[in-house]
This record gives sequence, C-alpha cells and structure tokens, in this order.
Amino acid sequence: MFGLGILSGLLIVPLCGAAFILTLGNESESVKRNARWAALATTIVTFLLSLVAWGRFDPSTSSFQLIETHGWLAETIKFKLGVDGFSMPLILLTTFLMPFCIGASWLSVNTRVKEYFVAFLVLETTMIGVFCSLDLVLFYLFFEAGLIPMFLIIGIWGGKRRIYASFKFFLYTLLGSVLMLLAIMAMYWHAGTTDIPTLLHTRFPVGMQYWLWLAFFASFAVKMPMWPVHTWLPDAHVEAPTAGSVILAGILLKMGGYGFIRISLPMFPDASAYFAPFVFALSVTAIIFTSLIALMQTDIKKLIAYSSVAHMGFVTLGLFTLNEQGIQGALFLMISHGIVSGALFLCVGVVYDRMHTREIAAYGGLVKRMPLYAAAMMVFTMANVGLPGTSGFVGEFLAMMGAFKANPTVAFFSVFGIILSAGYALWLYARVIYGKLEKPNLQGILDLDLREKIIIAPLVALTIYYGVHPAPILDTFAPSTEALMQSMRTALSNTQTAAVVPPVAR
Amino acid sequence: MTAIQAVLPSLSPVMPELILAIGVLALILYGAFRGERSVESVNVGALVLLILAFFVVVSQSGAKVTTLNGSFIIDNFSKVMKALILLGSAATILLSRDYFQRERIDRFEFPILIVLCTIGMMVMASANDLIALYLGLELQSLAAYVIAAFHRDNLKSTEAGLKYFVLGALSSGMLLYGSSLVYGFTGTVSFPGIVSALNDNAGLGIVLGIVFVAAGVAFKMSAVPFHMWTPDVYEGSPTPVTAFFASAPKMAAVAMTVRIFIGAFPDVTAIWQQIIVFVAIASMALGSFAAIGQRSIKRLMAYSSIGNIGYALIGLAAASEEGIRGVVIYMIIYLAMTLGAFAVILSLRRGGQMYETVDDLSGLSRTHPVLAFCLAAMMFSLAGIPPLAGFFGKFYVFAAAIKADLVGLAVVGVVTSVVGAFYYLRLVKVMYFDEPTAPYEAMPPGLRIVLGLSSAVVVLFFLVPSPLVSAAGAAAKSLF
Repeated sequence: MFGLGILSGLLIVPLCGAAFILTLGNESESVKRNARWAALATTIVTFLLSLVAWGRFDPSTSSFQLIETHGWLAETIKFKLGVDGFSMPLILLTTFLMPFCIGASWLSVNTRVKEYFVAFLVLETTMIGVFCSLDLVLFYLFFEAGLIPMFLIIGIWGGKRRIYASFKFFLYTLLGSVLMLLAIMAMYWHAGTTDIPTLLHTRFPVGMQYWLWLAFFASFAVKMPMWPVHTWLPDAHVEAPTAGSVILAGILLKMGGYGFIRISLPMFPDASAYFAPFVFALSVTAIIFTSLIALMQTDIKKLIAYSSVAHMGFVTLGLFTLNEQGIQGALFLMISHGIVSGALFLCVGVVYDRMHTREIAAYGGLVKRMPLYAAAMMVFTMANVGLPGTSGFVGEFLAMMGAFKANPTVAFFSVFGIILSAGYALWLYARVIYGKLEKPNLQGILDLDLREKIIIAPLVALTIYYGVHPAPILDTFAPSTEALMQSMRTALSNTQTAAVVPPVAR
Repeated sequence: MTAIQAVLPSLSPVMPELILAIGVLALILYGAFRGERSVESVNVGALVLLILAFFVVVSQSGAKVTTLNGSFIIDNFSKVMKALILLGSAATILLSRDYFQRERIDRFEFPILIVLCTIGMMVMASANDLIALYLGLELQSLAAYVIAAFHRDNLKSTEAGLKYFVLGALSSGMLLYGSSLVYGFTGTVSFPGIVSALNDNAGLGIVLGIVFVAAGVAFKMSAVPFHMWTPDVYEGSPTPVTAFFASAPKMAAVAMTVRIFIGAFPDVTAIWQQIIVFVAIASMALGSFAAIGQRSIKRLMAYSSIGNIGYALIGLAAASEEGIRGVVIYMIIYLAMTLGAFAVILSLRRGGQMYETVDDLSGLSRTHPVLAFCLAAMMFSLAGIPPLAGFFGKFYVFAAAIKADLVGLAVVGVVTSVVGAFYYLRLVKVMYFDEPTAPYEAMPPGLRIVLGLSSAVVVLFFLVPSPLVSAAGAAAKSLF
C-alpha cells in the first residue's frame, strides 16, 4: 500500500493509534476508557500484522527478507527495512508483549491516561524499528528514539524516586550510544555506506575493528546491561510502572544482545574473538556478583532486576563463545527471558496493585488466599531458575554447553549462577507465597480477577510450551546462526593465514 | 546604454539588499512623518520587505557571481545563509508584536532597526573582501546595540545595550586590526587576492592577523573565550530581541566566519584549524557545564547558544566540503529550534507579567499540553536525540570531523552533548514531571505561526530530510 511494505506497516500502525488517542478529548472517564481500548486494539492489530509478516517469512534461509527501501538521507543512507532469523522472533516478542503491557496498565494507571498510552505506542514503533532496520543510521535513530518515551514513562508514572531513575536511565544509555554514533560514522567513511547487508560482507582492517568494537560495546553493554554498567537498571526497574518494567526487561534489554549479534559479531569478527575473554570475565562476574546481590534484596522488583542482569550475563557469555550452541542458547535465552521476566514483573504488579508495596517483608502466605496466583508465580519462578521443562532451561543449558566448548573454566564458574539463582528465586517465592498468612492487611487480598487471568494464562502456557518444544524458535535462529558461523570462520581463518604467511610470500 | 553599463556595476546580485535598503528608507520617512500612529503599518511594511527579499534571494540562481569590483559575491552559500537570516528577522518581527504592545514600548524604530541589521548581515554573508565584511558587520552591530537597549526605561536592558556596545566595539577593533595585518602582509583585501598572495607560505604577520580576526569573529558568534557578554545581554534585552540575537545574527556570524576562513585562508588550514578546534571544544564544554546551574530560561538559552556554536564550529574545523555542509545543516536546524523555543518562552505571560525562570515552566504539560509538547521537542532536539532534527545537525558535523580525522574533537563533542542533555532534560522534567502552576494566557497568533513552523521542521525533518540536506550540500559545494 502506497509503496510501503508490511514492515513499514508495523512501524506506522502504532503511530496511527497514538495519533488517534491524541485526538481524544480531555481527561474524562469516557476518554480514559476509549484511550485504553484504542491502545489495546492498536497493539492487537500490530501483533496480528506481525503474525502476517511471520507467515510471509521463510525461516529456512539466512538472507534478509521482506526488504523495503525508501530514499532518505543520502544515496548511501537509506530508509531500509528487512528481517532475518535473528530479528523476526524479537519483533514477534515485542508485538506479543505489548497487549499485555496495555492490559497490565488498565487500572493501575489512572492519571494522564492518554499520554501514557501514546508514549507506549510510540515506544512500540521504536522497538520494532530497532529490530527491522537494515541501515546503521536508521538503527541508531530507533535505538535512541526509544529513550524519549521511556524517559517520560518512568518520570511521569513512576514511583517515589522516579526523577532520579529516569535521568539515570536516560543519561547512562545516551552516553553509551553516542560513541556508537561515532563508530557508525567511521564505518560510513570507510565502507561508503551504512547499509547493514553490505557491511556484513565488508572486511574492516583489524586495528580499526578493535576501536569500532569498543565503541559499539560501550553502547550495547550499557543497554544489555553488563556488569559494571548495570546500575541504571535496578533503579529504572523499581521506579517504572509495571508495564514499563515489562518492556524494559522484556524488550529493551534485548536490544543490546541483538546489537551484538547483528553488528559486533559479524562485522568485527577479529575484534570479537580478541575481546571474547574480556566479555567472558565480565559475564561471569555479572552472573555470580549480581546473583549474590539479588539474594540480599528486600524489594521484589529490585531482586528480579538483578536476576535480569545475571541472566543477561548468560546471554553475553553464550554470544561470545562464538560457537553454534552458545549463540543459539543466548538467542533462545533472550526470547525466554523476555517472556519470563516480563511475566514476573506482571506478577509483581498484581500484588502491588492490591497492597501498594514491593517490600518482600510485607507479604507472606499468599498461597492461602491466592492459589491461582501462587501457581502462576511458581511456573515463572521455576523458569527463572532454569528448571528443565520450562523455557528458561533450554537457553541456559545451550549457552553453558557452548561455554564449556569454548572455555571450560568459564563454564565452571557460570554454573554457580544457576545455583545462586535457585537460591534467590526460591527464597523469594518462599517468603512471598508460603509461610503463615499473618499480616492483617493481607487477610482480604483477592486472587486473580478475569483481566489478570487473561493476561497471565498465555504467558504460563508459552513458558511451558517452549520449555518442552523449543524447536520453533531454535529452527528460526538456525539458518542465520549457521551463516554467521560460516562467515566468522572464513574471516578468522583469513586473518590467521595473513598473520602466518610472511609479507614477502604474498 | 552600454556606456551606463560600463560605469555602473551590475546591480542584480545585490537586488535583495537594495530592496531592503530603499524600502527601509521609505519606512523611516513614513514613520517620522506619521509618528507613533505608524507602528502597525511600519511593522507590516518591514515584514513585507523581508519576505519579498527572501523570495528574491531564493529565486536568484546559485551560480557564483561577483559585483561591486569583486567585493560582493553571491553563490549557493550566500543564498542559503541569507534565506536563513531573512527568516530569522521576519520571525523576530512576528515574535515582537505582542510583547512590545504589552510592555508599552511599541515604537516604529524597532522593525526599521531589524531591517537595517538584516542588510548588514546579508552583506556579511556575501562579503568577498575585508572592507565589505567590516561594513556589513558594523551595520549589523550598531543596529543590534540599539535594540538590545530598546527597553530604555529598564535598567537591565540599558545595561545590556551598553555592555554589548563596549565589548562589541572592542571586538570590532580586534577584527579590524587583524584585517589590517592581513592587508599589510598580503597587499590586498579581497579574499581571492589573499589566497593567491599567500600561496601557502604564511609568515608570522599573517598568523597574528588570523588570530586577531579569529578573536573578532569568535566574539560575534559568542564562542568561548569571547562569550562573556552573551548571558548578560541575552538576559537583559527584551525577550524578542534575545530571540533575534540567538537566531539571525548567529547565522550571519557563522556565514562570515566560514567566508573568511574558507574563502580567504583555504591553503593555510593548519594555522587556523587549531584555533577553531580549541574554540569549539571550549564552547561546547562551557555551554554544557555552565548551563546546568542556570535558573533563568534566557540565560540558559544563552549558554545553549554558546554550546551550539561549538558544535557548528566542529564542521568548520574539518575544513572540508562535508564540514561546511554540516555547518549549514546545523545552522538551519538551530534556527528552527531557537525560534521555536523563544516562541514558547514569549508566551509565558499571566496578568501582564512575563515569567522567565525554569520553575515557571512547572507542569506546563498539564496546563498547555501543545506548548509543552513543542518545547519538549525543541529540548530533545537541542540535546541531539533522534528522530528530532537536532540529531541530524550533530550527525553531519560529527561525520565531517571523523572524516577529517578529528576523532578527539568528535569524542569531546559527543560527551559534552550528553552533559548538555542533562539540562535540556531538566526543562522537560519541570514541564512533565512537576506539579502545575496557574495557566498562562493564550498565545498570540504571531507566536503560533513561528512555533508551528519551527516545530514542523524539528519534528518532521527526519521524514523528508533531502531538500534541506541537498540545499546545504549545494551551499558547501560553492565554496570549494
């Protein structure tokens, strides 16, 4: 339609929804209701549209599909969209989680409702844009643009320290990304284009690769977030409204991982191999260190936030093993963590809406009054721990298998992360759900209502489904991973031969 | 006929300036005879003149033509910069109407001084020798000193005018001294003449001359270390005048700087590049750090303008076609952002009083959602966050710096832009996160027009960037 493909449609539909909500009148009950339904309808339409895109997508090849190109900044900087096996699942994850976020904000957001949903819909566009842009400048544009709505979401609808958290989130991420911008320019002048498919086949000089890799790393490590630049995440998570946390944990953190797999690994193979031990060290530190921190938390959201950092440690670990199992595992873990951590934050939101506190000590014995809630929470806790049969297991297992192949010592230390995660997650569950129902204000707490059941049931189903049948996701990743490994092997062997053969012989 | 042509220089290149000059003389006479009753019609007349000149400038061909014995040049660069200057001046007249009426300082001299200032600025953008440059600069400056003190019963305004005059005269002196050194050591004042005389061997005299010229133009651009006047003059001047200072004269000063360094000293880049790099770094750093503590929006915008000049100078430091393209794009976008921001500042009026501190913006998103949205867009844009236009301005200058191997300069630039983001975000925070105060009066139509147009440029630039980018590209090409 109008020369636009389905991916542009995915970008435009949420914006249209946002524009429609903006035209609604002022803050009255009926406007609020209309805004909620309009936002829900928009996100559902977007999800359905992404399913159509998925239907047209051929998961058996590694090449970019559904490509569309429009003239933009220059002949060589175009508005180019496309998807491959790495990005398609992440787009689906984004569009899938959005209706849940809208649902979770149905009653808990009661002030400035219009603006809230507008911010969320704009955020959806930027997130989809990150995953489907095939031009580095366009990628950067969406990558950064997402900061604006998220800044407003945390700052306007957040908790007590929302202003501190929103500034920290914004400035931390911005500082990381501006260096990436300079690297993009350096690549542009070297290769003459910012077209991602072309750059995937461009060989940068090894010395230049190191600098470019570091500049991109600054951005992705903050976004991921990796230890020691993770400190914005717990603050942002704690202060953000429930749906904001879901999006942060579910999607925004995945942008870092996606950046590594889309840009750092394939475009700078030598630098990636060179810096892999450095990434391993940071990842293992993150896994162990933040798990220990998570054990000590008294705030439920903060605990889950630290556990997210630990899980992202597994993702970076898997990605930089530079073997098929590790990368597949990391990618699977990204999808699984998107569902599970999103669901955990939704669960926290459920009790927060009732009690308006996130202190672990304020709860206890919820199973007596909320059996359904306890069951759902159980599934997500187990998935977070990585119990076999849940989606969390598959990713962590594969990532560790890859790590063992690459470096057994690293794998040995990362296993402690699993043990510790069982510690903090189960302990959290025990303190919140089990025990005696002593607190007087908990006596009247109600179990999940229909809206919450509708929100949580599909997530429970998916967590278990992908735990026993991970093939659909892994098969989608497989061809792209295969192609990536192929190109990296060629690149690395070229460099080695170049290093071995003396200059005279050439 | 041919005899007349031989005597008279070709006047078609200077047509826009002539229209303004003759028109403004007619307006002065009209104003003098009709007295204060003429204010409305002189304003309309000045606006019509500026718009007419704008269309004449735009319709001129971009080919390089010199006239008046080679002292005046028009090319694509002057065309774009003059269009910006004229837009800035026209917007100032729109912004000023309501303010001056309410402050009861509505005089017909104001639009006349704006037009005179505009003629000076247009000559600066088109100057092809040092004399013409100085003439344009002085015409612009003298008019600017007067309008800074236009609120003559207000202590701060007269102080601003006096301060601006004294320091401005000093800097003009430095520029003139530098020019005379250059003339002394090259024997010519024309830019092409200087280029051929220097022939890339520059002695100490030329170096000194360049340093003095650089100091003079740095003052006019309000670049560090010659920026001290900016916050005081911006704060003390009537707000529409501040908006003017932050917009059109910046365009002219940058155009003049580019003309001098690229036009007259292209082969001795090594000498002036280090000056520009230092000035750029110092301006960016001071602009970002000093703005953090500001409570007055006008002072904040003053530091913001200092920082922005620093970013624009990154493009000049690259001394390449890409760099100048970056400068031009940056100035186009900067003009839109500044005028938009000042349109919002000028509409903070309640009960006959203007509100000018950051805290007065408190909760603006609840009381005036559209106004707050526009100002937030300006702030995110000034902070360089995509997809707003300000990002693209920074993109092009940084890209030029990277290409010219000025990686250190680019890194300093992006880091200070993060520091700068802090205070721009603070304005957004005040508007969106804080509790609202009483609502302000409705916006006058002049402000609405300016705010609407500039917001459209800032928000929608990323959808259709190519017209402005290619205009800037053509402007840069004409200098090399």
